Amino acid sequence: MRPDYTSARLSGWGRTAPSVARTARVEIRDLSEHLKDATGRGVIMRGLGRSYGDPAQNSGGTVLTLAGSVDEVVVDEAAGVATCPAGVSLHDVLRQLVPRGWFVPVTPGTRFVTVGGAVASDIHGKNHHFEGSFGSHVRSLRLMLADGTIRTIGPDRDARLFWATVGGMGLTGAILDVDFTLLAIETSVCRVETTRCRGLDELLTEMSHGDEDHRYSVAWVDLQANGRRFGRSVLWRGDHARVEELSERRRLRPLEYEPRHLASVPPLVPRTGFVNGFTSAVFNELWYRKEPRRRSTGTKPIPAYFHPLDAVGDWNRLYGRGGFVQYQFVVPFEREDALREVVRRVVASRLASPLIVLKRFGPGNPGPLSFPMRGWTLTVDMPAVRTALGPLLHDLDSIVLDAGGRHYLAKDAHTTPDSIRRGYPRLAEWMDVRREVDPDGLWQSDLARRLELVA
Amino acid sequence: MRNATGEVQNVLVLGGRSEIGLAIARRMITPATRHVVLACRRPDDAEAALAALSRPGLEVRAVAFDAAATAAHRRFVDGLVDDIGDIDVAIVAFGVLGDQDAIDDDPDLAVPVAHVNYTGAVSATLQVARRMRAARHGHIVVLSSVAGERVRKSNYVYGSTKAGLDGFAQGLADAVDSDGVGVTIVRPGFVHSRMTAGLKAAPFSTTPDAVAECTVAGVRRGRRIVWAPGTLRWVFMVLRHLPTPIWRRLPLG
Repeated sequence: MRPDYTSARLSGWGRTAPSVARTARVEIRDLSEHLKDATGRGVIMRGLGRSYGDPAQNSGGTVLTLAGSVDEVVVDEAAGVATCPAGVSLHDVLRQLVPRGWFVPVTPGTRFVTVGGAVASDIHGKNHHFEGSFGSHVRSLRLMLADGTIRTIGPDRDARLFWATVGGMGLTGAILDVDFTLLAIETSVCRVETTRCRGLDELLTEMSHGDEDHRYSVAWVDLQANGRRFGRSVLWRGDHARVEELSERRRLRPLEYEPRHLASVPPLVPRTGFVNGFTSAVFNELWYRKEPRRRSTGTKPIPAYFHPLDAVGDWNRLYGRGGFVQYQFVVPFEREDALREVVRRVVASRLASPLIVLKRFGPGNPGPLSFPMRGWTLTVDMPAVRTALGPLLHDLDSIVLDAGGRHYLAKDAHTTPDSIRRGYPRLAEWMDVRREVDPDGLWQSDLARRLELVA
Repeated sequence: MRNATGEVQNVLVLGGRSEIGLAIARRMITPATRHVVLACRRPDDAEAALAALSRPGLEVRAVAFDAAATAAHRRFVDGLVDDIGDIDVAIVAFGVLGDQDAIDDDPDLAVPVAHVNYTGAVSATLQVARRMRAARHGHIVVLSSVAGERVRKSNYVYGSTKAGLDGFAQGLADAVDSDGVGVTIVRPGFVHSRMTAGLKAAPFSTTPDAVAECTVAGVRRGRRIVWAPGTLRWVFMVLRHLPTPIWRRLPLG
């Protein structure tokens, strides 16, 4: 069979720095044929295109998407393990599993990511301080190497290649399917405790002391507020609710799961988008004030707690054609000074959108390119159309790296090869593994070229 | 590669001693930039330019390139790309003005002007475009001139080469767009530089740095045509349609 391609201009979810590649949607059985057909600019796999920058695009090369159906997901109810094709989204997995009393071990802020992407980015969620990242819950996976052979790898089987693949941004091979452990849940509802904090120090103290009592924890910080309001924030901590915690009515259908779609952003948005200092400040004021002043506890369905933005289709279009950067970094505990300095700079720049997430990470895993490590991770969305953004990000990079921190490859769209080398001291080790399984450099992406991850 | 804020890693200046070309390159350098290559006839003369661009972590080099020696252009571009990787931005900045009065006396003098400004530019640009199209990525900045917008008697050989180059670049922009390659055509007015030293400045005259500022902003926004200064767009909209008897009498230097 001669592979069939379509030329497409691809970008990440941030819609910045697009590039053109030939693309195809392939079945697992046809994949090796496509690999043989690759040109000198190589191949990268792409799931739902939800990484923000350029890891799932490959200018002048090939970009392949694996077909996969949720019908092929197999659940071993006794062991609590799912076997899932890499191309299936967490959205589909959740729709199938939540009504049966299972939850995914880790979910990011969107459920529109594929299982393959979840491994390749080693995604984390609100439970990182409690249970680590996605890769820590993978029992085994099948990986197609550059030469078309398939290897089954896991933490106890070909562990070096496995941990190079977890967080390896698809540059070690094509993940075909993944066995991962599930979390048993009684209900599809979370019990959420909301705490409003008047400043950054208050928030950090609160998180440092109470997080361990909750499976999930995440905070929002108003990065437009200055002066007396500097660092005002809201902390949401949650746990899966037990049946007896539900209302009488809800107890009749404890595992009901119906994620809603509220609206989509229309395709026509002005070039500079709707997100600017003014709209963000107004939104933040309302967002902060809608939360009760005193600590309070309530319940939220899974979609509302974990994936609030998924209710709005194509929300990335709000930023206009210029797109946006989601800047995410981690700095170790005890380097709160660096975190505070970054916050101060971002507030001063007035570039931050309302989408801000602060989270405490627990210990990292053995993956040389896995992002999470013990410390504070902050995520800030900023419109890319503003010329001040580039210089600001380089300054922030220095603060983060000087503090011994690093950047998340699934979000990165801006940093430099040197930054990645400083942030990930084990990069050379990862590159050695990569060379062993891909000596000719078949796996390539714009991210890999930009950050010189492939020699 | 280009990053999310449009910062680029590898910049090539064809005509590496051109003041406008250098000013554009200087404004494109950020901490993300890895290589800046100045391609010029005599690399030994580029020392001052190299020094002016140098930054920690950035490799700036001058390499020998003769716009007139078109047969060598393919090898030049291939060698460079194989060495430093994809070119993110190429600035086609070389050109000679020629002395119109001297050319009128000795038409042989027109040939090198036409050859370098048009033939050489077309050849080098196409070689760069070929590699960028294969990479499905890259941006070409072509230095045209308002002199090509409506060719005037005081420099009509030069003006005609820019008119030709401008038309070429417009067609190129349309041809390469679907391959992910961008083209920005810059039409400066009278620029105070080595090339125009001793000439009487025309109205709306500008500086290399001001041209560079307009150009970098235009490239960022994906503009196909950039006028420098921007006012010239409206000035030439009028001049282009002036009746010939009036046009001929205009004191345009």
